[in-house]
Parts: sequence; C-alpha cells; structure tokens
Amino acid sequence: MIQLTEIKKTFNPGTINEKLALDGVSLTMEEGDFLTVIGGNGAGKSTMLNAIAGTWPVDEGSIVIDGENVTGLSEYRRAKYLGRVFQDPMTGTAADMQIDENLALANRRGKSRGLAWGITKSEREFYHEALKELNLGLEDRMTTKVGLLSGGQRQALTLLMATLQKPKVLLLDEHTAALDPKTARTVLETTERLVSEHNLTTLMVTHNMRDAIHYGNRIIMMNEGKIILDISGEEKKNLTIEDLLHKFEEVSGEEFTNDQAILSK
Amino acid sequence: MNIGMLFQAMPGNVAQGIIWGVMALGVFMTFKILDFADLSVDGSFATGGAVTVVLVTSGWSSPSALVMAFAVGILAGLATGILHTLLGIPDILAGILTQIALYSVNLNIMSGAANMALSVNQYNLLVSLRYISRTILVASGITLVLICLMYWYFGTEQGSAIRATGTNPAMSRAQGINISLMKVIALSLSNGIVAFSGGLLAQYQGFADINMGRGAIVIGLAAVIIGEVIGHALIGKRMNFIVRMLFVVIGAIMYYIAIGIVLWLRMPTNNLKLFTAVIVALFLAVPYLKDKANNSFAKAGRRGAAYHDSTD
Repeated sequence: MIQLTEIKKTFNPGTINEKLALDGVSLTMEEGDFLTVIGGNGAGKSTMLNAIAGTWPVDEGSIVIDGENVTGLSEYRRAKYLGRVFQDPMTGTAADMQIDENLALANRRGKSRGLAWGITKSEREFYHEALKELNLGLEDRMTTKVGLLSGGQRQALTLLMATLQKPKVLLLDEHTAALDPKTARTVLETTERLVSEHNLTTLMVTHNMRDAIHYGNRIIMMNEGKIILDISGEEKKNLTIEDLLHKFEEVSGEEFTNDQAILSK
Repeated sequence: MNIGMLFQAMPGNVAQGIIWGVMALGVFMTFKILDFADLSVDGSFATGGAVTVVLVTSGWSSPSALVMAFAVGILAGLATGILHTLLGIPDILAGILTQIALYSVNLNIMSGAANMALSVNQYNLLVSLRYISRTILVASGITLVLICLMYWYFGTEQGSAIRATGTNPAMSRAQGINISLMKVIALSLSNGIVAFSGGLLAQYQGFADINMGRGAIVIGLAAVIIGEVIGHALIGKRMNFIVRMLFVVIGAIMYYIAIGIVLWLRMPTNNLKLFTAVIVALFLAVPYLKDKANNSFAKAGRRGAAYHDSTD
C-alpha cells in the first residue's frame, strides 16, 4: 500500500545548520495497517510524514503509494492519495470559511475544480450525517465559520475532512499534542473509529508512549533519522512503556530524551 | 462657502465613487480574499483607461473597448502572478515591478502621449460627467452585475479554492489545491476588473492620463476599509459575502463624498493625496486602537494601583 525505500533528506546542506533528518528510511505498510511512530525530539518522525506528504522533495530514495511512484509529485498533486491532520489545529482547516465549505473543499481533493457550484444540496445532507457521528453537535452549525470552533472541534473536523474521500494513507502528525487530555482522548477515539470503519492505512506520530502502544497494530521508534525499532502483532500488544524505554536504550546506546513522551503517561 | 454648491457637486462625487467602487471590488478580491497586497493596480487602472480611449477613438464601441480593457488588465495581473509564483518574488515587490513596467506600456499604448482626450461630443460613451444621472444609473447597473458575478464565482469550486488559498495555503495544498494557479487566476481577474474600471473613469472624465492610476491602490483600500467599518457598525456580524461587496462600493462612494466635502471646504487639491493617506491610516488604526484601549497596560496599571491601595 505504501512503500518507502532508502529515503534520505538533509536540511540546510553545506551550512553550519546542516542536519541529516532522514538517514535511509525504509518502510512498507500493508493496507489497513495502523502504525504509530514514536521517538525523541528531532528523531525524524514528522520529517518522515512530511516526506510522504511532499512538503519538499527528498534527496534520495523512492516513495510508492498504491503502486504509483509519487517521489516526483509536488505536494498538491500527491494530496489525492493522502489524508492529513496536523499538530496545530489551525493548520488543517480554513478559519474564514464555513464548516460545510471546508468539508466540500476536502471532498474535492484530487479532483479538478471547475465552475460547478462549490457545494451541492445532496452533499450537505451527507455532511450533516457525517458530522453527527462526531458527536460534537457540529451538524447543527454547518454554516458557522471554522475559526469559531475550539481546537478539539477543529481537529475532529480535520479528521473527518481527511477521511471524507477515503485516502490511500492517513497521516496524523501529533494531532492531539495541542489539545487538553480529555479532548485528546475524544479525538483519538474518533480517530480509531474512522480508521477501523474505513480500514485506513494510517501513520500516527505521537509523543505519548501510552497512546502509541494502545492504538494501532504496529509501532516503530525513530532515532537520528532512522527506524530503530519495528514491533507488530502479539509482541506489540504486550508492550509496556518500560519495555520501550529499555529497548530504546539497548538499540541506540543512549537514554530516551523526550521528557514529554516519558512524562505523559 | 455655500452649502448649495456642496449639494450641487454631490451627484458627481457619487458617480465617481461608484466607478472607483468597481476598482475597489478588484482590490477587495486580492487584498481581502486572496490576502495579497497587489500594487500593480496603480498601473493596470491607467492601462484600462489608455486601452479604452485608444480603441474608442479608433472606432470601437464603448462597451467592446471596455471588454478589451478587461482583457488587457488580465494580462497585467498575469504578469504579477508569474513574477510572484514562478519567479518567487514577494507579493508587494511583484506588484511594484508590474506597476512600473506598465508605466512604459501605457505610454506605448497611447503612442507616447501622456494624455489622450475622449470627447463625449464625438463618441457615444457609456458614462460621462456630462450626463451624471445616466452615469450613476449605468455604473450602478454594472456594479450590481459585477457583484452578482463575483458572488457566483466565489461560490464555485474554483472560487472556493481561491478563498481557501487566501485563508490557509498549507491546508489548501493538503487538499490538493494548486495554490500558485489560484493566485495567478485571482490576480488576473482582479486586474481585469481594475482595468475595466479605469476604462469607465476615462470615459467619465473624457480623457486617459498616464498618472490616472497613481494612488489607486490606496483609494481601493480606503473603500474596502471604510466599507468594512461602516458595514460592521450598521449590520454587525451578520454581514454575508454579497453585503460585504456592496459595502465596498458604498465605502468608495463615502470616500468621494468626503473628498467632495474637503474640496468644498476649500482644501487645496494638492493636498488630496495627503488627505487620502490620513483617512486610510485612520480607518486602519481605529480597530487596532479600540482593541488596545480595552486591553491596555495603562488600564491594567490603574486597576493594579487601586488593588494595591485597597490592600495596603
């Protein structure tokens, strides 16, 4: 379903700020895989997601989604394969536009945008039903500007937008990091429901080790631009945070440095 | 100072305000919808005037000359769009480059003349200061049609994509929108509208001038901002898109009424641009200062002092 082969990316090459952010990352995911990604600060988690999303071109390696090599496609051209939710709730939605207008934009991802009316009546009914399932009462506020919604509501809406057109791959980049714990829980539950409902191939970066263990069928740990741990199946189900920390030290020879990850139990 | 003279001048100010209101709708499109301060309009406004006068004097009908002005304006916007998206030049600078280039282009259109007359006696013109009430009628009609067209366009899939590009480029890319293309389209349409308005003004005043667009962006901004402030005061938060555009035109009319009043007060015309700059600065500053007044350190300091005294 998605295949990364030997991806390399260096930021600011040839300057004092040169940083090898991805150092030969290879990863293959099957359809329906729900992969969680953890790692210390600057380990390359978000960078890997951005490489898949096409935020910038990679230096080396190839990215194949659903049999198609997308390595040379710019961000907006790749968008038709991808659903994305960002860390900052402001990033995923257009604040000055209404809830239904945002959904309509997402519903046309990967399609040409012509002079047909931007949102049809039957679409609105469909959005009404979809919003109902979020349980946030947004279905009664479809003409509200998204800028008036809370961070949690915006993330839930972004999730819905990302999955409205079933994406080949869903990219979640610490999408609950900016939310309070209770809201984060709700958004994660919605995430899990949507992922299993549509059998979505999902990559979820998180700083929360407990969430990383609890959700998904596979977990990878990154360090210094490499995947250093890859655990799935039964072994993943029985993981504990202590196991993970221990394994990290074993493989990398250093202590885990992301306090946020360790403390947010 | 005779109040009668002021009222006598009013219809002319209103007519001029409506024509500039068309121009302000073009500015609204870039400045408000696309979030792009496009300075090329100073050039494309005069381009529209030049094209219209040249064509009408060579035998074109007034409406078809305006359509050509619109088309040439689109090319001007295209230039700014390409400078910005393909060549990576920041928005303000891209607009300034087009604007300065258009100065030469406009001179060439007018065969080197800085000024070209278009007499209403010789040609059949859509609008003219000779027939002010007809001008107001025709210009209002054109404005309403334009507002309806813009309302329709920004409701379409493509128009929605342009609006999304203006509010959140990152989100737009993630939703598969080619934001460079959207910027080029919006800049082109905006400059087309501005050039169209320049063509109207050239007919109205009976000549095109190489300097007729100087400060157009500031007048456009004045209209957008004055309209917004008035609309907000009258209607508040219930302003929808079509009403917002109506208030842009009302803003332009108010601006020209204000100009009429200061001229009546015998302010030298040399100071008009200074006056305009002060007006725009005031309208831009008022919302900021209001917010500051409600949320200032000075207030917090006074509250803090009172609290301190009471607990002493």
